[in-house]
Amino acid sequence: MSGGVEPADAVSAAAARAFHEERAIVLATLIRQAGDFQLAEDAVQDAFEAAVTAWRRDGVPANPGAWITTAARRRAIDRLRRDRSMADRAERLAELTRVDARHEEPSMDDGSAIVDDRLRLIFTCCHPALEMPARVALTLRALGGLTTGEIARAFLVAEPTMGKRIVRAKRKIADAHIPYRVPADKELPERLRGVLRVVYLIFNEGYAATEGDRLVRGELCDEALRLGELLRVLMPDDAEVWGLLALMLLHDARRAARVDPSGRYVALDAQDRALWDHGRIREGLASLERAVRLRRPGEYQLQAAITALQMQAPDAESTDWAQIAELYGALAALNPSPVVELNRAVAVGLASGASAGLELLEPLLGEPALERYQPLHAAHAELLSRAGDAEGAARAYRRAIALTANAVERAELERRLAALR
Amino acid sequence: MSQYMLLVYEEELDPAEQAEREKVTPLLLELHAGLREAGLLVGVQRLHSTGSATSVRMRDGETEIVDGPFAVTKEVLAGYYVLECADLDEALEQAARLPMVRWGTVEVRPVMPPGEWLSTARRAGVDLSDEDVRNLA
Repeated sequence: MSGGVEPADAVSAAAARAFHEERAIVLATLIRQAGDFQLAEDAVQDAFEAAVTAWRRDGVPANPGAWITTAARRRAIDRLRRDRSMADRAERLAELTRVDARHEEPSMDDGSAIVDDRLRLIFTCCHPALEMPARVALTLRALGGLTTGEIARAFLVAEPTMGKRIVRAKRKIADAHIPYRVPADKELPERLRGVLRVVYLIFNEGYAATEGDRLVRGELCDEALRLGELLRVLMPDDAEVWGLLALMLLHDARRAARVDPSGRYVALDAQDRALWDHGRIREGLASLERAVRLRRPGEYQLQAAITALQMQAPDAESTDWAQIAELYGALAALNPSPVVELNRAVAVGLASGASAGLELLEPLLGEPALERYQPLHAAHAELLSRAGDAEGAARAYRRAIALTANAVERAELERRLAALR
Repeated sequence: MSQYMLLVYEEELDPAEQAEREKVTPLLLELHAGLREAGLLVGVQRLHSTGSATSVRMRDGETEIVDGPFAVTKEVLAGYYVLECADLDEALEQAARLPMVRWGTVEVRPVMPPGEWLSTARRAGVDLSDEDVRNLA
């Protein structure tokens, strides 16, 4: 492949492909060898910039990933030689030159070394000593290769603000010596839950929000799915890793159907099922099956199972609400929250009748966290209406209407209110 | 290995309630012995209550001496540990073992190594020799 000079666009394409496929791997390994996040990131950046010029001159190398790895390591050595103020400078230089002399390249097909480094990187980016927005931003930058500008746009934050957040987090990693390692067995489950939360937050940020740059938001979903798949490859024995992947795939399969041609949100039971991505649904169901076979139930598996039941039924009427109610019960036992209780009340109302649903929902009306939660009042109205209490239902619909800022939602609630009489 | 300061913040209580807290002393003794044996304990001190604190500052060339702590807060600095740990995870693990976390808050701060202090001052343009590091910390 090397030898002849490649046309400029082929070189750019090769560099872009290498960036996409190899950057996180190269970075993860160099952070360990250089002992510093910022230094490694700068050196990898230098290497990619140098690649385009060098590859135009000499041709694209047979193994672009190995080329970038070596170039990045040498750039890190150069930077260390120039910057006399770095802490532990001598040891880092010694380690990097030792690796450089031995040509220790982790081969791209094997590997436990690569697996370990990428896991180390994920656990460091998601360390609980960092504030949550910094965990999300670092993960997207280091593992997803998103630029600070892209992350800022996705989270509707000014770019300098996001830049400061990332710089501060990297400083803290260095100054406080946040370790670069996979946590020990006894802390692993807790820490892995933290990692999964970051990934799901990235997904939801892309999926649930209605404002912001739609293109970048779609990228967040894709990035979260890539991270979910990476975790599945790296930690295939964890049921919740599969559960989260299943949940994200099942939600993502409906992405195209969630918005109508005029850009408005469409609820699940009103969606055009022909627009669902059925390949993705199959993948999601297969992941859920893998998760369940590991026999370690968890919140993501339960949510994925609920979503799967809703999607597999041909319409709202033939949905297995009794089983959904049961799954919400299990979810509430595992992770109690007023919103889960509300969903459970709705499912019970559909499975066992309105009065059974009301019995579970009414205690939630006194819940301060739900006081201004529109879906609570809309669900209350729906149950009251089905129980024959039109007056109570009207009151609850008016309360729900007063709490909604969304025009489509308001129109739907007003239609239901008018239909009461 | 790096040093971390564990700053123990807790609410100041009336004597009867405080007496209840003193009951953890045997547990602390055991913890400190364990830390010392493992070579982690660099120092530990308990402070008198903020009722005995005096704050000093100079403004416009005048030295001001003020009765009381620097800031009036519900939880106040009550003592500290300096530990030698492998990394932040180990420091956090040790902090979580202190009985004070049950009622107060333990803030974990990395100690700046003297060499880094020296190079930080040098970067700011201060002329210092390598030997000065011994007198810094």
